[in-house]
Amino acid sequence: MTSNRLLYALIPAGVVVVAAFGLLLAAGTNGFEPIKLIVEGSIGWPPFEEGTSSKVGDTVMVWVPIALASAGLIVTFNAGMWNIGIEGQIIMGAIFAAFVAREVSVSRPLLIALIILAGAVGGMLWGLLVGVLRTAGGVNEIFGGLGLDFVAASITTYLIIDPWSRTGVASTSGTDPFPDEALLPSLEGTRLSPLAIVITLVAIAGIWLLFRGTLYGLKLKAVGRNRPSSFLMGIPTNRYLLGAFVICGALAGIAGTSQAIGFHFRLIPAISGNYGFLAILVVLLARFRAFWVIPISFFFAMIAVGSSQLQLRLDVNSALGGVLQGTLVLSAMFGLGWAAHRFRKQAEAGAEST
Amino acid sequence: MLSKRLIQMLAVLLAFALVAAACGDSSSDTTATTTGGGGTTTTTDGGTATTATTTPSTDPFKMGILLVGPEFDQGYSQAHFEGAEWAMDQIGGELISLDFINPADNPGLTPEAVAKDMIDQGAQMVVFNSDDMRDGAFAAAEQNPETPMVWVSGDSAWADGRAYRADLTNLSNVWGQMTFGKMIAGCAAGLTTQTGKLGYLGPLTNDETRRLVNSAYLGAQYCYENYRGLDASDLEFAVTYIGFWFEIPGVTLDATQVVNDLIDGGADVMLSGIDTTQALVRSGQRADGGEALWAVPYDFEDACQEAPSICLGVPYFNWGPAYVDLANSVIDGSFTATWEWLPPDWADINNVNTSTIGYIKGDGLSSENGAFLDQFIAGLGDGSINLYAGPLNWQDGSSFLGDGETATDIQIWYSEQCLEGIEGVCDLG
Repeated sequence: MTSNRLLYALIPAGVVVVAAFGLLLAAGTNGFEPIKLIVEGSIGWPPFEEGTSSKVGDTVMVWVPIALASAGLIVTFNAGMWNIGIEGQIIMGAIFAAFVAREVSVSRPLLIALIILAGAVGGMLWGLLVGVLRTAGGVNEIFGGLGLDFVAASITTYLIIDPWSRTGVASTSGTDPFPDEALLPSLEGTRLSPLAIVITLVAIAGIWLLFRGTLYGLKLKAVGRNRPSSFLMGIPTNRYLLGAFVICGALAGIAGTSQAIGFHFRLIPAISGNYGFLAILVVLLARFRAFWVIPISFFFAMIAVGSSQLQLRLDVNSALGGVLQGTLVLSAMFGLGWAAHRFRKQAEAGAEST
Repeated sequence: MLSKRLIQMLAVLLAFALVAAACGDSSSDTTATTTGGGGTTTTTDGGTATTATTTPSTDPFKMGILLVGPEFDQGYSQAHFEGAEWAMDQIGGELISLDFINPADNPGLTPEAVAKDMIDQGAQMVVFNSDDMRDGAFAAAEQNPETPMVWVSGDSAWADGRAYRADLTNLSNVWGQMTFGKMIAGCAAGLTTQTGKLGYLGPLTNDETRRLVNSAYLGAQYCYENYRGLDASDLEFAVTYIGFWFEIPGVTLDATQVVNDLIDGGADVMLSGIDTTQALVRSGQRADGGEALWAVPYDFEDACQEAPSICLGVPYFNWGPAYVDLANSVIDGSFTATWEWLPPDWADINNVNTSTIGYIKGDGLSSENGAFLDQFIAGLGDGSINLYAGPLNWQDGSSFLGDGETATDIQIWYSEQCLEGIEGVCDLG
């Protein structure tokens, strides 16, 4: 039985590796070099060698929003909700954070705390709106969320090109950089912010704890599995759904805050980096388990940062990194699904034979 | 349950370890190796003088360039890419390039990180090709003070400039006097229009883009009046800005739709100020449908190929000579942080070896108008035509240049508004 388990665990990994190498060979590379270059471009080669702190910092600060958004999505997925609106929640968090960063002048520690709080509130309100549309208006959360994604993006563009535009300039390229005191404290010469890492890890641990050690998490799962039954059992399902959107929105808002004051240092139209959509893939791959979010989102962050090396070094378009990413996700999901199916069938056969 | 998870985790780690182990040594290749003969240099304007350190080497010179858009956009980025390739051909150097360096296309990449990668690959000079990379160029110059860098279109090395950064002694600026190119483009449009209305597809609004719109307007007025004998005040000129150097779906205005709107508003000649060719392409499509339309693209010398029959010509950048000069200055150790605003070579504005700004006439320009255009270019070159001469007012009616006053470089560079007579909002922000 143990050997079967090992086999079914290795198969998904094997499918991923075969798919990745197949794609890279088809793209005219030798298969190994692109992967090495992506690693080198994101964390250095050998990994974390001296002089790569800047790259590592960038990769970590891309990992932060993906991981935070993924942690939030675990909550809404467990509540049975497809929170496509997470992109908008990230953006709205960044907008709220940008407002405080631009307008508030207090001591730096207090300012940073206020910015993060504002970002969380912004994302939370936008998430809550999706939830209200779902519970009170009967608007499917996918459509409501998608619509609010566009609204948030449009608000960002408006703010950048008009009220928050650079002096004498009307451009969608972004606002002026925020004041230094409004930026996340980082290690010298890098974007790497220990505070952002701590917040992310605490958030992930909190989500793990929510579903492992709290009645609230258990009821949320119940709502996600079977809403009518949960309601009959006395669980206020709408309130739990709204709670899920609030938690997810707040984490997404902090993700947007990190983008604004920890990576781009200003508000730009593409402030979400599409990391909300990427986080959906992360969570599906992690199969809604909190701690798997850490390595999987880091892997995606490595691709996001490191794939430019494909064009720089191999003259292969860096878009191949995105194709590689999609291929890995699909092949991993196929492999995991197939292995789970086989494992379940074998277990059922074993039960029947005893 | 725990053991199952542990096994799964180990399996994935094993897979990654196998991949990592198979990746071999750390050697790597660079792209686009070229060799060639000797180069030429162009004149430069003023600037400050602090020498950046360079490392003498027997290896081929390596130049890195970050492109804001795609390297084959038939526009601004392609002009830079091909200019840089040409320059490396001339000096026997190698080019390292990366395109799509903007947050919409590459949200996880920053210009300073790309610059660092290029330096790690051996780039001895790094060029940021867009105004949009200002913050990244500053950060890269601060983080790599030993590496000469160039921020194209900027003013950080101009002692009289508003963004002057005396501390960035390794960051130069280079730009071409496209004001002349746009005057020529405007002249071709003014000579050709039948409706007496011109449309300008603008990118974003800033000093640079207003400067170019104003120049096109002045050129159009001059030729409309002096060669056609019509009243310049009757010539209408409308500009609409899309919000960025090129169209970004969902973020900027739709460039094709803006062209449609301008044409529907009566414009029969479209001038492009954006990095890509929608103005020409859309005008060509409508011309194929029977409308009498013409267009003037921008940036890239072969841009007319998108719709040659309606193209009146293209004002373009020829970056090669400037890049040769900059590379040579790094090689011989004379690189300094300078601001260069390079004029056309008036002896032959299309001389690939000497002229940073050129204008290639298109098939849509009649031979008669072509002759007028040659007169106009000659007048600009010998100084007998100076379009930045007063009286000129800003769009809000305030005075830009008094009667008999001519504009200085700094007045033209920092164009705060569009000129009076231009329709469209140009002073947002």
